[in-house]
Amino acid sequence: MPDQLIYAIEVFFNGLMAGVLYALVALGFVLIYKASGIFNYAQGVMALFAAMTLVGVMEGQVPFAHLINAVLGTKVHHFGWHLPALVGIVSTVLVMVVLAWLVQRVIFKHLVGQEPIILFMATIGLAYFMEGLGDMMWGSEIKKLDVGLPQGINLWIDEATYNIFDYGFFIDNLDIVATIIAITLVGSLVIFAQYTKEGRAMRAVADDHQAALSVGVSLNFIWIMVWSVAGFVALVAGIMWGTKSGVQFSLSLIALKALPVLMLGGFTSIPGAIVGGLIIGVGEKLFEFLVGPLIGGATENWFAYVLALLLLVFRPQGLFGEKIIERV
Amino acid sequence: MKKKLLSAVIAGFMAATPVMAELTFSALSYRTGAYGNNGIPFADGYLDYFTLLQERDGGIGGESIRVIECETAYNTEKGVECYEATKGEGVLSYSPLSTGITYQLIPKATADGIALHTMGYGRTSAKNGQIFRNVFNFPANYWDGASVGIKHLLDINNGDIKGKKVALVYHNSAYGKEPIRTLEELSKKHGYELMLLPVDHPGQEQKSQWLQIRREKPDYVLMWGWGVMNPVAIQEAVNIRYPMENFIGVWWSGSENDVLPAGDKATGYKALAFHAVNSDFPIFDDIKKYVVDTGKAAGAGDQVGTVLYNRGMYNAMLITEAARKAQEIAGKSNISQADMIKGFEALEMTDARMEELGLGGFGPSFSVSCENHGGDGMVAVAQWDAGAAKWSIVSDFQASDMSVIQPLIDEDSGAFAAENNLSPNCS
Amino acid sequence: MFYREAGDFSTTYREDSQTFPIKFDRYRYYAVLIIAFAIIPFLLNDYWVNAIFLPFLIYSIAAIGLNILTGYCGQVSLGTGGFMAVGAYATYKLMTAFPEVSMVVHILLAGGVTAFVGVLFGLPSLRIKGFYLAVATLAAQFFLVWLFNRVPWFYNYSASGQINSPERTLFGIPITGANTEPWAVYLFCLVFVTISAVVARNLTRGAMGRKWMAIRDMDIAAEIIGVNPLTAKLSAFAISSFFVGVSGALFFSVYLGAVEVGEVFGINKSFLVLFMIIIGGLGSIFGSFAGAAFLVLLPVLLKNVLVTGLGWPTDLAAHLEFMIVGFLIIVFLIVEPHGIAQLWRVAKEKLRLWPFPH
Repeated sequence: MPDQLIYAIEVFFNGLMAGVLYALVALGFVLIYKASGIFNYAQGVMALFAAMTLVGVMEGQVPFAHLINAVLGTKVHHFGWHLPALVGIVSTVLVMVVLAWLVQRVIFKHLVGQEPIILFMATIGLAYFMEGLGDMMWGSEIKKLDVGLPQGINLWIDEATYNIFDYGFFIDNLDIVATIIAITLVGSLVIFAQYTKEGRAMRAVADDHQAALSVGVSLNFIWIMVWSVAGFVALVAGIMWGTKSGVQFSLSLIALKALPVLMLGGFTSIPGAIVGGLIIGVGEKLFEFLVGPLIGGATENWFAYVLALLLLVFRPQGLFGEKIIERV
Repeated sequence: MKKKLLSAVIAGFMAATPVMAELTFSALSYRTGAYGNNGIPFADGYLDYFTLLQERDGGIGGESIRVIECETAYNTEKGVECYEATKGEGVLSYSPLSTGITYQLIPKATADGIALHTMGYGRTSAKNGQIFRNVFNFPANYWDGASVGIKHLLDINNGDIKGKKVALVYHNSAYGKEPIRTLEELSKKHGYELMLLPVDHPGQEQKSQWLQIRREKPDYVLMWGWGVMNPVAIQEAVNIRYPMENFIGVWWSGSENDVLPAGDKATGYKALAFHAVNSDFPIFDDIKKYVVDTGKAAGAGDQVGTVLYNRGMYNAMLITEAARKAQEIAGKSNISQADMIKGFEALEMTDARMEELGLGGFGPSFSVSCENHGGDGMVAVAQWDAGAAKWSIVSDFQASDMSVIQPLIDEDSGAFAAENNLSPNCS
Repeated sequence: MFYREAGDFSTTYREDSQTFPIKFDRYRYYAVLIIAFAIIPFLLNDYWVNAIFLPFLIYSIAAIGLNILTGYCGQVSLGTGGFMAVGAYATYKLMTAFPEVSMVVHILLAGGVTAFVGVLFGLPSLRIKGFYLAVATLAAQFFLVWLFNRVPWFYNYSASGQINSPERTLFGIPITGANTEPWAVYLFCLVFVTISAVVARNLTRGAMGRKWMAIRDMDIAAEIIGVNPLTAKLSAFAISSFFVGVSGALFFSVYLGAVEVGEVFGINKSFLVLFMIIIGGLGSIFGSFAGAAFLVLLPVLLKNVLVTGLGWPTDLAAHLEFMIVGFLIIVFLIVEPHGIAQLWRVAKEKLRLWPFPH
């Protein structure tokens, strides 16, 4: 096989893996949008906040240490414990559930029935607030996140492909783990949505708020639940990206990577988020590989959007979005 | 209550009245935003040094020191706000800390006659002091960095890198593009092949770039990275098992923040440095004694001796030394903004003086003149050891290749002069 | 008492359809203009102009532009930063290529260039709606920034890729570059703002504005009553982009003076301007001003109160500032989802009936 083709295959697989990570972020958007029609701009900040909380809990950081020290003149920084990852994850999930409850209770309870753009704006306010809160609680320095995920080249694939193609493929172990986790996550979400009482209620709410309300589904409960699940998804995304780069502000910008995925897959479809993620991942990596060198590289940021844009022109509701039926 | 709030609001919009009885310096720090994690240690080091002088010596030459800190979040608009808010207070010198803010402040500060000191960043051609009268970028600039990076490669290859392939992974912004011209000129001279790999802000995702490096196997990789781009790049280099000792970052890609997330395998990663990167200097005992232990430290005190802390401290030290020089020239302790520019222009950092300050060998000795605002461009290479969690300098400080850089400086500063109708002038 | 239609008789159609039909409103409007043009210029210093007035005025133009597109025509756009960059780079190319031509011409031409680019990126709006369109306009944002960063011709092959605005004068008074007087740049921008607001106000009151609003309220119904969605949507994109382009041109040439595209005209700018019009009020010219004022003044005010007034550490103040801004946005939306403009409208309504509301 010619070298270029082999390379392209390698890029293709890496694109798939990157796509899985994008899809993980997009998933959180879809969950909330489907259940409540809120386009949650704060999803990226939630991922950052969750990852910060996880590191903070695991390392025994004192929340608001800087503020306390500045106001009281004390010198507290650490509780002096180091917790195993699992404990940290469980406590972070609890924090995210409390956060979901607060968000519902304090903000969206008062905004029921508002236009989508107002709800969107409210999540922007939420994003600002959480950005400040996260920094104030845990400090804005970079933090190393280590929950024991493997990282680095997968040697087995490297060797196996070397024997076949004379060129070892690079696949990151972390990406493989992320893929497995993403599949498990989506699988359990689907099972949850299909086979549990709460899951069915959630789907009912997504279909029609009023009908669901009239058969006795608590909208409030469902929305808190959805925000909690989205918080959990944000945590998973935060762990994956944070392991790679350390936990710091830019983690909140991964939301931008999820937007074209949403456009492509449709805002309301979980499989759409996955497929959209894969298409964007593969598309942008292959484009950078094939066309990038000709036009100076760093095309990934815009290519995803242009790809999604072109697709939307032909299919305005995204690949898997619900067909918009308009009545006059 | 209402009245109180109102007056607080009014006070909020008014810049405070100038107090001229002390030496006022500014600290345009960025402790928040995308680059905040790098801004914190720098700002801590910068402020702690001023605090040290104040606490230990009672100021500079008998004058007490006032430092106005202003948060820019690395954002140009906030930077302008900070500049305008503080310039009325008789600030002697500004260090904008961001390329964007620097470019904005150059014309403004020139019109206002206030010194700008951009240490290891900013507009490289400001080295030509005949045109940039009040802008100083000693002791080293990006083009020096690029040149010394290549010199280091020459050193480890016995002076011959013909036919080698050197990749530059850079932040796709004004900052990241700085070294390209120099590297292109140098590649003509030394016959290596240059490969450019831009990474868009923020640089959280760099798989494409590193797969390309893995495929094309450049012999060396240089990096002009910033923010999250650094740890991700180092992690990806570890992932593709790129030999870390062939991977050299600029000084802004060489702090503990950048290498720690990648763990043990980052050992061997190199970065350029224009000052010492460890904490084995007597001055740190003083900082501990007078600043940290008395609870006056700007940060939590845990950053002392890290690379960026050192850089902030070094920056403050150069500024205060320039202020001393200015006091000496002006013959009075209460210097003006114009005196300060003269102080910068006559600054001479000798080894003996550094020794006196408790910083013997912390940085190279150099001197500034009107023609040369950039020092001698002495840069060394530091290497990371993850086991000891320490950076250490592994080469000598060496000067950049001025035969290549000088024409570039002349060209760029000439363009600036032509744009603004300036003529070179040293009187 | 004094805020009444009573006794204010219109005797011509012209009088009846004027922008401020109530006398008091009209006088207030003249008073604001007089203060803005004749009094404020004498009180200004560098700080007030560069930290408060210039950003406020320039963002107001951008907000008016986006409000035409989003508030009046209902097309959500997140490409504002990219379009501002087009305006900035267009003026840069024009003012370096034709130094002898007046800045006013350059800025208007830059607006025209941006309008053209805006129409180009507005084409997908004929097929895509709502949030899908919002995200689609991000394609413009990222692509334009990449382009300006990538192609050296745009920044005249300068070493670092930054663009710097050289000094240009108007009637012999410098308005760009380093040696500007605060009052000169203030007045220069104020003229643009005033004209933009008047033009925008009258456009939105006229046939064109009504077409836009018909499209916003229900595009299919609008089509049936004879509004051509193609021309309506594209004209909204063109005019909106024109204003955004003018604001980008002023932002670069008068306010900042040096620009690096990714940093200054990044995605954050797009979001910021969108926040302005939502907080200020969609579909309201006054709302554009109110929103711009809110988001420009509030951070500066908070910073000064917290850091200068109360002596907090700057980083804590910055974090708290984020929290307060976020909190206020949420409070605003809960109290009045239609923005400051709606509060203003309600206040005027109350004032009309005051002191006998029943």
